[in-house]
Amino acid sequence: MTLALFLQHLANALALGSLYALIAIGYTMVYGILRLINFAHGDVFMLGAYVAFYGAAMFLLPWWGTFLIAIVFTAALGVGLERVAYRPLRDSPRISVMISAIGASFLVENVAVVLFGGRPKGVTVPDVMNVKLQLGQVSLMSVSVVIPVFTFIILAALLWIVGKTKTGMAMRAVATDLDAARLQAIDVNRIISFTFGSGSLLAAFGGILWSYKYPQLNPLMGVMPGLKCFIAAVVGGIGNIQGAVLGGFLLGFVELMVIAFLPTLTGYRDAFAFVLLIVVLLVKPSGLLGSRQGEKV
Amino acid sequence: MKRTAAVLLALAALAGCTKSQKQPTTVKLGVFEPMTGANAAGGAMEVEGIKLANALYPTVKVGGQEYKIELVVADNKSDKVEAANAAQRLVDQDKVNVVLGSWGSSLSMAAGPIVKGKQIPAIALSATNPLVTKGNDYYFRVCFIDPFQGTVMANYAFKEVKAKKAVIIREVSNDYSVGLAKFFSDSFKKLTGDENAILGELNYNTNDQDFTAQLTTLKSMKPDVIFAPGNYTESALLMKQARELGITAPFLGGDTWETPELIDVGKQSVEGAVFSTFFATEVPITETSKQFLDAYRKQYNKEPAAVTALGFDGYLVARAAIEKAQSLEGAKIRDALVQTANFPGAAGIISFDANRDATKSAVIKVVKDGKFTFLTTVQP
Repeated sequence: MTLALFLQHLANALALGSLYALIAIGYTMVYGILRLINFAHGDVFMLGAYVAFYGAAMFLLPWWGTFLIAIVFTAALGVGLERVAYRPLRDSPRISVMISAIGASFLVENVAVVLFGGRPKGVTVPDVMNVKLQLGQVSLMSVSVVIPVFTFIILAALLWIVGKTKTGMAMRAVATDLDAARLQAIDVNRIISFTFGSGSLLAAFGGILWSYKYPQLNPLMGVMPGLKCFIAAVVGGIGNIQGAVLGGFLLGFVELMVIAFLPTLTGYRDAFAFVLLIVVLLVKPSGLLGSRQGEKV
Repeated sequence: MKRTAAVLLALAALAGCTKSQKQPTTVKLGVFEPMTGANAAGGAMEVEGIKLANALYPTVKVGGQEYKIELVVADNKSDKVEAANAAQRLVDQDKVNVVLGSWGSSLSMAAGPIVKGKQIPAIALSATNPLVTKGNDYYFRVCFIDPFQGTVMANYAFKEVKAKKAVIIREVSNDYSVGLAKFFSDSFKKLTGDENAILGELNYNTNDQDFTAQLTTLKSMKPDVIFAPGNYTESALLMKQARELGITAPFLGGDTWETPELIDVGKQSVEGAVFSTFFATEVPITETSKQFLDAYRKQYNKEPAAVTALGFDGYLVARAAIEKAQSLEGAKIRDALVQTANFPGAAGIISFDANRDATKSAVIKVVKDGKFTFLTTVQP
């Protein structure tokens, strides 16, 4: 394998990994606060992409306008989902909430099938995202550069919010002990809604950028990315934001390098994501950057 | 106690229903197609053809009595496991007399043992893998098979593209794609007389969206032509990413590409993609073709896809067989189907050979200015 070829593979992996990372952050945020795996996250991701698609196709919004309405819509959806499907079960056993999450996921998927139809839709990629860049012998589309940059901006912003702001401090308090936080006059429900809202917002960003890179929408498009990004979040140490980013990049990297170096094993591409998960869980059960915790689902 | 009574009452009411339905005045045609998932567009196009035929010929005469033909649509969700469930439901629960479909050879093959076990004849419309009908007395098809299609495209690559070296990229979990790739490869090697004419065979999975790793490898092989049989969902993204990586070799494929979604998703990247299919509206073959085209254009106000014509044909063939059998019994309809010969369908004359496959000419189309355009017809 020549250097140019390797660099191209590396660039491909970087673009895919940063998309995974972006979605994995949403999983990890919700888990960090509530110890809940939000299975509907992948479906919020799908809805974000659809809202942006219809915004552009029906209301002729510019691309940043579609981002705005998608963000507003999915953040509201995330907050609503928490209120309807998760909050009534907050004191129930962990397993009930998990099943409620799976139910919410199926509901959103099937409503989407009814609303949008089963046939895939082609997305018109905005011109800014569709510029072909040639760096030496490496070919890239501008969207593949935008995504990693974006992921790191989000990462920095989140670390700042969690680490430096009052809301962030409250989030950390709720994550450590929900009841004790309430005793300190922290509005726990508000913090949880905020977490769900911002997690869903990130899912919408991920969904739209995904649809710019792979311009095809279907109601079940969130299932596999959702599963993989969940893996990425667990591999990195679920609950840890830097860990989610690391896990996302690692997953993108493993997937593409397996195909690049072992082309005969391409059929097992998705299986490698799960193998990675198993290996990490065996060696370091709390994930690469995770801290040891008591109970887990 | 109250609840038990209510349940009993409901059961009694149900039992009453089934009793009154003992004398059926309808014939049920099971439409076994993907309505959701990766193949949804293909399924929808075939269903259009079936519904159109049903609107034109809504009844069939058996034993002096007029039977209404009812379509029972079962969604196989583009998934092999779900396909088996959907087929089971059609034959067990809905008790259909004939099954039509499915788009996608793998999905049809999942239904094979089920229709055979229940002795319900099934007619595949556009499933081209030989194994769909092979060894299954109850599966028929109204289209050609992949050994022919693979040869047609290998000929095109060799004679028209003047390619010496090709790379194959296939959907490894799809029987259609793997089969067609093999027939192309055999034929292309024979034509070029070069054992190494295929530079490599690359794989991807159903539902994959990222092909950059495979395509980066493909680019370094420098082929004259790329043969990429597979679903339009993956193929459109595949071609887009290939052009983004600077791959300029032409793409050749199979009949599954002819969906509006291929162009809708692929846009400029699919321009020049060449594929074989069953029927072109530019060259109507029979009187039925004209009738089909007129009816379709009137109802949908657009040009039909080849598989829509095949859906239309499948319905007509099934109806003719029921009429000929003068029975609603699966085994008798099957025996009548076997004898189908020189049946004028919209997409060509249908005669079943010993393997219950139709022998037909193939049509080659190209994507030009965002439209599927007729190139040429190839005789078997």
